[in-house]
Amino acid sequence: MYQSREPKEFAQEIRIQVLEALKNLGFGHIGGSMSAVDVLAVLYGKAMNIEPANPGWEDRDYFVMSKGHAGPALYATLALSGYFPVEELKTINTNGTRLPSHCDRNKTPGVDMSTGALGQGMSTAIGIAHGNKMLKKDSYTYLLLGDGECDEGQIWEGALYAPQHKLSNLIAFVDYNKQQLDGYTKDILDLGDLGKKFIEFGWYTIEVDGHNTDAIYGAIQLAKAQHEKPGMIILNTKKGKGCTFAEGILYNHHMTFTKEQCEEAIASLKKGDQ
Amino acid sequence: MNYKIDNRHAAEKLAMRDVYAETMTELVKENPRIVYLEADLMNSIGMVNFAKEFPDNAINCGIQEANMIGTAAGMSAVGMIPFTHTFGCFATRRALDQIFLSGAYAKTNIRILGSDPGVTAAFNGATHMPLEDIGLLRGIPGITIIEPTDSTMLRDVVKQTAAMEGIFYIRLSRKNAIKVFAEGSTFDIGKAVSIKKGTDVTLIASGICVDESMKAAEILQAQNVNAAVLNVFTVKPIDREAIMAAAKNTGAVVTVENHNIHNGLGSAVAEVLVETTPVPMARVGIQDEFGEVGSVEYLKERFGLTAENIAKNALNVISRK
Repeated sequence: MYQSREPKEFAQEIRIQVLEALKNLGFGHIGGSMSAVDVLAVLYGKAMNIEPANPGWEDRDYFVMSKGHAGPALYATLALSGYFPVEELKTINTNGTRLPSHCDRNKTPGVDMSTGALGQGMSTAIGIAHGNKMLKKDSYTYLLLGDGECDEGQIWEGALYAPQHKLSNLIAFVDYNKQQLDGYTKDILDLGDLGKKFIEFGWYTIEVDGHNTDAIYGAIQLAKAQHEKPGMIILNTKKGKGCTFAEGILYNHHMTFTKEQCEEAIASLKKGDQ
Repeated sequence: MNYKIDNRHAAEKLAMRDVYAETMTELVKENPRIVYLEADLMNSIGMVNFAKEFPDNAINCGIQEANMIGTAAGMSAVGMIPFTHTFGCFATRRALDQIFLSGAYAKTNIRILGSDPGVTAAFNGATHMPLEDIGLLRGIPGITIIEPTDSTMLRDVVKQTAAMEGIFYIRLSRKNAIKVFAEGSTFDIGKAVSIKKGTDVTLIASGICVDESMKAAEILQAQNVNAAVLNVFTVKPIDREAIMAAAKNTGAVVTVENHNIHNGLGSAVAEVLVETTPVPMARVGIQDEFGEVGSVEYLKERFGLTAENIAKNALNVISRK
């Protein structure tokens, strides 16, 4: 049986493993991986009903990483949860790897859906949730969207669909780190009051500090407690969170970095400075 | 594959959409995991009664093709058996990235029905006239592209795809087809169907162009030209052996398609011929133009999808031997 883990400590381990995995490569999607770590720690540490030894278990909860470029954060989470050896994380983006830049359900044990073209995870997560509802399964489907990703029209197609079909077994998150590849979301395509938009579309919507694991877990319980609407938890986050050389930097979506920078960031995380 | 040819050139009693609805009803009664997703064209495809009878197995997604394909992909990931429908132009042009990633790349299983191919869009005109749908899909690895010839073939292939894995694009006219195959005929997806044997030229056709090619063979026969007719209803994966054999046996090929000559059946056949059996060839089809409004008969004349034009092209390729 899967052992649950304390999310706050788990998050620190995930951040360290993301940096360990990428430090030899010298490049990667650091910003959006780091901002998404805490929700992953809550989901895989405590909230989800999963069996890492049996990734294809039909009654499991599902997770769709719609912002597929945050693959490194999901891979570190999956490895630490026991889906595959932690040592394999060092193969991210190397030739012939099972851990490609963007999430691939046919390559990586534990990845429930292939993603990478933004917007598509919204619909596939909806399909998983709706399919499981039709099959009368009790499972939940969790979905992580990027804030820049909410520029895509497909997000708003799904935003209409899920409440129409009362998919209360779908709990979505937006990693609202306020940045996208080319800069701040408010300067490129302002999302405005994102929470209000999802409320208007018919979602049960909560906004929380996306780096507070207790708050995230609490929000998931609130979303589960109602039975009519899909849940939308807006995570107020910082892009690059916890990574000394990435947090607070404008262009931290995909970065190059040195091994020394990674070592420094890991040391800082281990000391508990972050 | 076990089939008989009906040479009478008679319109079928049932429309293709009616046979599709009947087939889906049979399928859902056998397997409750069948689910039909629609983008607000239930009335157009004749599935309103299906949706009334099986409300748990029919979803009207509204006018959102991209979300429909993605939702179908997700449903298939948990073991449902999705069929989607919209007009062929929107099924491909508006959801291509979803078919590529959530569908083919993710190895999910979706049957995508694209209706009103080419000139059969008639009075909906150029915007609704898919002349590029096959071309858009043909570059996606592993996808299967099928254009059923008549309702007998439609019934058989739709049933087959329900039990198969992968992404299937089924391109069909909603209206009454000309009957080409006797009731009860069966087919193998990926295998071409020999309609008529011949020695001088092979006419390779799909969809509404099969009957026109059969008529062209009759015109040619009157001129002592013995044309073979081959129905390549699976454009991908294409039946290389049948095409090679046709080229060897007759030494000349004319392809006939209700699609742009670029990237459709003609291109697929040409690829096989140049790599294996180069022979004189011509492509009858839409010559890189947009469609327009009009009756199907007018549009067939306008774009040269007629028995007379096929016969003319056949004589031309034979002269190039």
